[in-house]
Amino acid sequence: MSMDRRQFLKIAGISSILGFGASVASATHTIWEPGLKPPQVEPNPDGLIAKRWAMVVDMSKFKTDEDIKKVTTACHQTHNVPDFRNPDGTVDKKFEIKWIWEEPFGRTFPGSENKFMSEHIKDMPFIVLCNHCDNPPCVRVCPTQATFKLPNGITMQDMHRCIGCRFCMAACPYGARSFNWTDPRKAINPATENKAYPTRTKGVVEKCTFCTERLQFGKIPACVEAAPKGAMFFGDIEDPNSEVRKIVTSQLTIRRKPELGTGPAVYYVIGGSDHA
Amino acid sequence: MLEKAFEGGKKYWAWLFFLGALSAVGVYYYIQQFQFGLGLTGMNRDVSWGLYIGQFTFLVGVAASAVMLVIPYYLHDFKKFGKIVILGEFLAISAVTMCILFIFVDMGQPMRIMNVILHPTPNSVMFWDSVVLSGYLAINALVGWVTLSADRKGVPPPKWIKFFIYLSIPWAVSIHTVTAFLYSGLPARHFWLSAVMAARFLASAFAAGPALLIILALIVRKISKFDPGKEAIQAIGKIVAYAMFANVFLLGLEFFTAFYSGIPGHAASFLYLYVGLEGHTELVPLMWTSTILAIVALLLLVFPAARKKEGLLAFACLSLFISLWIDKGFGLIIGGFVPNPFEEVHPYWPTMPEALITLGVWAIGFLVLSMLYKIAISVRERTAGIEIEH
Ligand code: SF4
Ligand code: SF4
Ligand code: SF4
Repeated sequence: MSMDRRQFLKIAGISSILGFGASVASATHTIWEPGLKPPQVEPNPDGLIAKRWAMVVDMSKFKTDEDIKKVTTACHQTHNVPDFRNPDGTVDKKFEIKWIWEEPFGRTFPGSENKFMSEHIKDMPFIVLCNHCDNPPCVRVCPTQATFKLPNGITMQDMHRCIGCRFCMAACPYGARSFNWTDPRKAINPATENKAYPTRTKGVVEKCTFCTERLQFGKIPACVEAAPKGAMFFGDIEDPNSEVRKIVTSQLTIRRKPELGTGPAVYYVIGGSDHA
Repeated sequence: MLEKAFEGGKKYWAWLFFLGALSAVGVYYYIQQFQFGLGLTGMNRDVSWGLYIGQFTFLVGVAASAVMLVIPYYLHDFKKFGKIVILGEFLAISAVTMCILFIFVDMGQPMRIMNVILHPTPNSVMFWDSVVLSGYLAINALVGWVTLSADRKGVPPPKWIKFFIYLSIPWAVSIHTVTAFLYSGLPARHFWLSAVMAARFLASAFAAGPALLIILALIVRKISKFDPGKEAIQAIGKIVAYAMFANVFLLGLEFFTAFYSGIPGHAASFLYLYVGLEGHTELVPLMWTSTILAIVALLLLVFPAARKKEGLLAFACLSLFISLWIDKGFGLIIGGFVPNPFEEVHPYWPTMPEALITLGVWAIGFLVLSMLYKIAISVRERTAGIEIEH
């Protein structure tokens, strides 16, 4: 497979954003000399590609709290998300960082609750994460393009460019972004640290990446992998044959705050029958 | 001319030393914050901007308010402002300096500040804000310096400076409008998502800035032989009164829309600020203090008899300044983040280091201001009695 320079730079750029220096073939230590070509990298032939990545979540398939915890832990461990705790073991809200977590129905979809709705739905926990919006306010406001869109719809974050102004946090309507209020490495358990994924520094913003780094190696997102059968789907919503597309076309799904025009790419199945 | 800033009596040096000491405390805590991270402040995942950005917003207004002297003097030929206009321009310089410092101390990665220039992003309001603020600083420095130098030599300032003086008028409006756009263009922050935000910003700025200027002018007259002019001070008092009424009116519009529409999201922040929400009443005493001070100030300003007494005028201006400082430098920012996008209430309160860093930045601003005013006063004292046409 051939690739032009632009494409190469893009992929190399993304790989280095994620800290995958290793996937860039043998970086040389010479700064530059005439005739020297930049290191070349071939796209992974097993990499997953899509026109528009999207996710479908069906909370009715999560039977226990344990099921949900598995999903959030899978993400947070894969991505070295720090876990700040108070001395009594509760989450330290002051430093908290989260990429995916649970919220009750009324908090996930503010204003959608009503007095008479079934207790079942009212009490149902929903998992929330970055929506990888079509028209993301976080990208619009970022003064350095440290948060930006990939052509496949993913909203990415460049930890090396971010100046930590937190404009994107004020702009995101979904509270999806977290800031490193102090060195996150203090709160990463060395025993579970994923050495293949970079840790972050203090003073930068982070969030779910739709597992861009896993897609490149042909793997679906860690949360989807850890979810119970039929609870989470991930795929190309532009592809009429994809699972996500079939579900969204055939069932009632809702998105968070659609009235804002952000175009979230995370869909929630309401009703919970069996899918495709 | 610069040497004038370093020639002064014992009291002047004691004052500078005092400000220097406060700045040093701020710098000390800033180094702590630099090492530990912004976790040293009271900010958190839900209230991700706090005191620093509040001060920044408030001070952009103070900076913009110099225009309230420039317009009457240069556009309407209101001669009485001839001597005081320089105080406005120098106040603008120190206010913008503080703005820049507040942005700097609020950054998670301050060493990367150049990224804003290396990767210019026209779709980001913050990019434009940095452009207009630095432009405004440059314009005011230029105008202040050139006009004062001319005064010193006893000659009218060069003709070309008029261009920059006129330019400073729309520019002043732009800095505060763009700053308002930082907030009023965010889709899910009901409290900020309001078209009158920029107008409100300008109104409160044109009240708070000139109020501070009156206080400063009264101090200058007390401690030096430079008299900015009784009538000039009275005229500014009227400007403050009008601007404050406009501000209260605009705030009233916000209340009407929020509560008459009955949309819960629109009312939530107002409820949090003025009566408390979900049992959280942290900011209620502060917001009512602000309200009461505003009423007191308005009552004193609206009656000419009260306004004409300089003691009462100073008191009114001080109340008004504190009132707007609470309202804009604190309530406005925190209110935008509470409730959060999940409609939960997570309160915020600044920490001691955060407060001391804030105080340090103000001290640096006043240090700059004192030195600039010292220069202006020295020049004015020498040329006292000579009226120069600008
Ligand atoms: S959910 Fe928030 S962080 Fe994610 S793309 Fe949308 S606006 Fe950006
Ligand atoms: S915090 Fe980082 S990603 Fe967010 S707007 Fe600022 S520079 Fe961009
Ligand atoms: S898609 Fe990947 S990064 Fe996003 S929540 Fe799931 S596991 Fe985490």
